[in-house]
Amino acid sequence: MDTKALKKTAAEVRTGIVKAIHNAGSGHPGGSLSAADIVTALYFHEMNIDPKDPRMKGRDKFILSKGHAGPVQYAALAVRGYFPMEEFMTLRKLGSKFQGHPDMKKVPGIEMSTGSLGQGFSVAGGMAMANKLDEDPGRIYVLLGDGEIQEGIVWEAAMSAAHNKLDNLVGILDYNGLQIDGKNEDVMTVAPVAEKFRSFGWNVLEIDGHDFEQILDAFAKARACKGQPTMIIAKTVKGKGVSFMENEAGWHGKAPNEEQTKQAIEELGGEL
Amino acid sequence: MADKMATRQAYGKTLIKLGEEYPNLVVMDADLSKSTMTAEFGKTYPERFFNMGIAEQNLYGAAAGLALSGKVVCASTFAMFASGRAFEIIRNSIGYTKANVKICATHAGITVGEDGASHQTFEDIALMRTIPGMTVINPSDGVSAEKLLRQAVAMNGPCYVRLGRAAVPVFYDEKADITLGKANTVRDGNDVTVIATGIMVSEAVIAAEALAEEGVDVRVIDMHTIKPIDEEIIIKAAAETGAIVTAEEHSVIGGLGSAVSEVVVKHNPVKMAMVGQQDTYGESGKPEELKAKYGMTAEDILKAVRGVL
Repeated sequence: MDTKALKKTAAEVRTGIVKAIHNAGSGHPGGSLSAADIVTALYFHEMNIDPKDPRMKGRDKFILSKGHAGPVQYAALAVRGYFPMEEFMTLRKLGSKFQGHPDMKKVPGIEMSTGSLGQGFSVAGGMAMANKLDEDPGRIYVLLGDGEIQEGIVWEAAMSAAHNKLDNLVGILDYNGLQIDGKNEDVMTVAPVAEKFRSFGWNVLEIDGHDFEQILDAFAKARACKGQPTMIIAKTVKGKGVSFMENEAGWHGKAPNEEQTKQAIEELGGEL
Repeated sequence: MADKMATRQAYGKTLIKLGEEYPNLVVMDADLSKSTMTAEFGKTYPERFFNMGIAEQNLYGAAAGLALSGKVVCASTFAMFASGRAFEIIRNSIGYTKANVKICATHAGITVGEDGASHQTFEDIALMRTIPGMTVINPSDGVSAEKLLRQAVAMNGPCYVRLGRAAVPVFYDEKADITLGKANTVRDGNDVTVIATGIMVSEAVIAAEALAEEGVDVRVIDMHTIKPIDEEIIIKAAAETGAIVTAEEHSVIGGLGSAVSEVVVKHNPVKMAMVGQQDTYGESGKPEELKAKYGMTAEDILKAVRGVL
């Protein structure tokens, strides 16, 4: 898929996110929207996957370590054809397979149940280790939030991935600068992030997480890097694509009302 | 009977055999491989052994990743850090996903000895048995440790295997039938039942022999699988002997005593007493000294039996 088509697809994914969270009456739009371009690039360009055979041998895997952004993964999987978008509209409802945080036992295409921060990153490392042992060509992609890297397990896992030379592991940091209680630097400073991962032995790339050319280029560079895991630090805008949500920490975990949803979908060029 | 062996030794030896039988077996440790006895596996199968360093959270997170990729994983550290520090990783990334990880946790309980309170866990059985789908095993000697570990590795899904530091008497015959989920009656009797687990089983046998001389006929049950617990044998013991004493090297809150009483109160409330760590921390000392000080010896079981008669 070229970058123009990716942009259009990302808008579809964003529309799905906004609609589903509105229907659910709760959820995390901000961090789902900030990651939409990265996740779209993964599912529609970068990863070797097959919606008809979600457990295909040798496939690439994507783990959403920042599990609260579940809607971005669900919406991308829906647009990619793993299940109909209407089904996803049951998000967070009793009996729905679309749990508040991704559930691998319920939804095809979800590789790991996440939600408790930091764990997806650690599990992704284990999956990359298994693929090395099995000489499985599948690559492991794992998306982290910037607030998430305050978790200690992230640094245990970062150390281990470099020690085990997991060049089949690619981390993407959704660096939108905001977390529930406010700006990272006010809650708990995470900067300098690139230096931290570099000092832990990672190949670090810094990009604009909404520029598809840069995103695809980073994935290609990660593929070319041998003997080291890669961390792509993607500068993003929380709430990206919906004007009134952009850069607002308040939209971390709040559903839009009817009117806000209408406006959001209009801005995204989608349909209600 | 005179032979002594720590259950962790049986674990280390069994892993070598299992490594040959299961090409997909991976063993992981957190810088304690010489103590947990996984080091030998590491030497034999270096490509399938991962020392994760002093990082128990990532030990169990990565174990989940390997297991969800088709490996059967035995991941070891001391019981305190496995069940305590990594609890939530085990709950969410191993329990909830039903990952095929065997948490083989050594140095459980007071017999850790000289290392003292920070390393003596009395909470691990309680923590692990609250996780839905978690199998909880606490072998009583070297023979049953091997047999139960084999069954744990053969089954698909998460298991917590509790292993000890100190050498304990080997009392099962190699041919003994030890089946996961089915407790063993190691001594029959009709006056009272002692349901013990782990190293307390051999203590219970000593107590039963002493009581026999007083004319008290004690049934001793080895509850090596705490979850799923053998309800049938408990219900039968309550009905036939009318009183139950539990004995464990673990807190009397949340462990075997609680698990047995949960069954007893539902089916046939009988008088019970619980031998174990009494809602307190341990301290440094020799294992035998500590067992005596904190009330986890044959003598303590004997007194408890007298109390329920």
